[in-house]
Amino acid sequence: MSATDAVAKDDLSPDRQAAAPKRRRGLGRGGRDLALTVLSPIALLLVWEALVRGGILDARFFPEPSSIIGQMWMMMDSGELWTHIGASMQRLFLGFWLGLVPGLALGIVMGLSRPLRAALGPLVSGTYPIPKSALLPLILLIFGLGEMSKIVMVAIGVFYPVVLNTMAGVMQIQPIYYDVAKNFGARRWRVFRTVALPGAMPSIMTGVELGTGLGLILIAIAEMVGAKDGLGFMIWNAWELYSVETMYVGLLVIAVIGYGLSVLISGISRLVMPWRADR
Amino acid sequence: MSAGPQVVHTETGAADVKVALRGVTKRFGSGGRGITALEELTLDIPRGEFFMIVGPSGCGKTTLLRILANLEQLTAGEIHIRRAAEDRPQNSMVFQGDSIFPWMTVWANTSYGLRMRGVPASETREIVGHYLEKTGLTAFRDSYPHELSGGMRQRVSIARAFANDPDVLLMDEPFSALDEQNRTLLQGELLRIWDETRKTVVFITHSVDEAVTLGDRIMVMTARPGRAKVFVDVPFERPRDVLELRHRPEYGEMVYDIWQHLRDEVDRSQQAQSTPPARGLMQRLTRRGGR
Ligand SMILES: Nc1ncnc2c1ncn2[C@@H]1O[C@H](COP(=O)(O)OP(=O)(O)O)[C@@H](O)[C@H]1O
Ligand SMILES: [Mg+2]
Repeated sequence: MSATDAVAKDDLSPDRQAAAPKRRRGLGRGGRDLALTVLSPIALLLVWEALVRGGILDARFFPEPSSIIGQMWMMMDSGELWTHIGASMQRLFLGFWLGLVPGLALGIVMGLSRPLRAALGPLVSGTYPIPKSALLPLILLIFGLGEMSKIVMVAIGVFYPVVLNTMAGVMQIQPIYYDVAKNFGARRWRVFRTVALPGAMPSIMTGVELGTGLGLILIAIAEMVGAKDGLGFMIWNAWELYSVETMYVGLLVIAVIGYGLSVLISGISRLVMPWRADR
Repeated sequence: MSAGPQVVHTETGAADVKVALRGVTKRFGSGGRGITALEELTLDIPRGEFFMIVGPSGCGKTTLLRILANLEQLTAGEIHIRRAAEDRPQNSMVFQGDSIFPWMTVWANTSYGLRMRGVPASETREIVGHYLEKTGLTAFRDSYPHELSGGMRQRVSIARAFANDPDVLLMDEPFSALDEQNRTLLQGELLRIWDETRKTVVFITHSVDEAVTLGDRIMVMTARPGRAKVFVDVPFERPRDVLELRHRPEYGEMVYDIWQHLRDEVDRSQQAQSTPPARGLMQRLTRRGGR
């Protein structure tokens, strides 16, 4: 019953209680929050710019934001930046599905079946604490320097949070819902579709969000070794060429992608879980 | 959990007996540490009867219903349930506590049994529409459970069971979590809906008032291990007006009579749960203690 739990939690948050009865005030506060969210990074950039021009910050390590933006503009214009973004996004996309599908399937069967949990649980939770970046040499050894090793790194990052959260999500479903399904004649596949999957969905989406974040980290690391394109390669290459601005462009783009993905995932969460109270 | 005696469906037996229990016994666990929830329960429920089960908490009421619903295996004995048609579900349960799916709308919850059985969509729409109307849920058909009050959620659970059109309706204290006003309201609604089809109902309650208000016949159960202590016929005519009924002197007498049967059992189950020297709650309440 994590859906209702989450509802209860939401209801308890003081923000929500205050906002519910007086909508107008809630909106006003939201507007102010938005203004602060936009203004504070701009203020930070202005201070940064001023500090570099005033010679207080070392431009070799912290180039002025204006020159970073200029560099980004140039790389966008030449198409170079888009090539790198495209390469990384493609690996992220393929790796995401390669990790998600087995993670989801395994998580659900492990949540439903006690014997499978006993058999596979130690394997999964035993390998989980290994830093995924430490696996890169092994993955390169097995899959070579090509695309596959990068995709597999992302998949590993997505797989673990998804499998563990899915299993936990399935296990916390109240047994009464399985009784209802049985009493009303749901067969195996239908029980899965109407009880296990939706019941575990909040937990699954948490796993997807964590996994995507981990995937983004791992793709940047993986691309630093033996890649010819991608944002990780771009940043690494910038170090070799001593182009600090390009490095910052890479960091900025990765941050924007990370933010965009989390917005996308919470949008998808709302779409697949219309019963959740938040919105 | 191996092959214990199963719930048997049969076409034999007296035509007007819908549910027959013979020596039904249920033990949880085994050996000295096991507990006997039900012991040697034998009874017949005629077709179309609104059968009430009253008993102290922990006496095995839910266990009995779960056995009837095939959600639990019995240890010994036999159960026969006479089927009206093979393509109809044998039973549908209104579970104790919140049991409607939080992730489904009112419509999806109510149509659940029909959809799982593959009833054609047009027929499903018609049946579900009917019961939503009857339970006053039509305007909430697209709402999710968290948007509904406790009373509304219980109406969904009842509509879901009725819409499934089972041979026998099983209800496990469906109103026990509601406040008195809602309970009275829902009792009246339940009787009106039931009057349309007069299905066989097995209804569990711990409220003597509820048993007399709703039932045709009441079985009072003993404290654990649950056995049938006494059967009481409720003579009131149908259809009933829940409020008017409670005004009659015969109603008060019936409630009192049943309390007489129940009192010792509630006492015993209280004593089993609390420390030995404490006198039973019902003894203190009625000041008739000391048998
Ligand atoms: N799955 C189970 N395992 C062990 N004991 C159980 C189980 N289900 C119920 N019991 C026990 O059986 C007895 C009857 O329970 P129940 O049928 O729920 O009582 P009631 O519904 O009358 O309150 C109780 O003592 C309860 O603790
Ligand atoms: Mg019970």
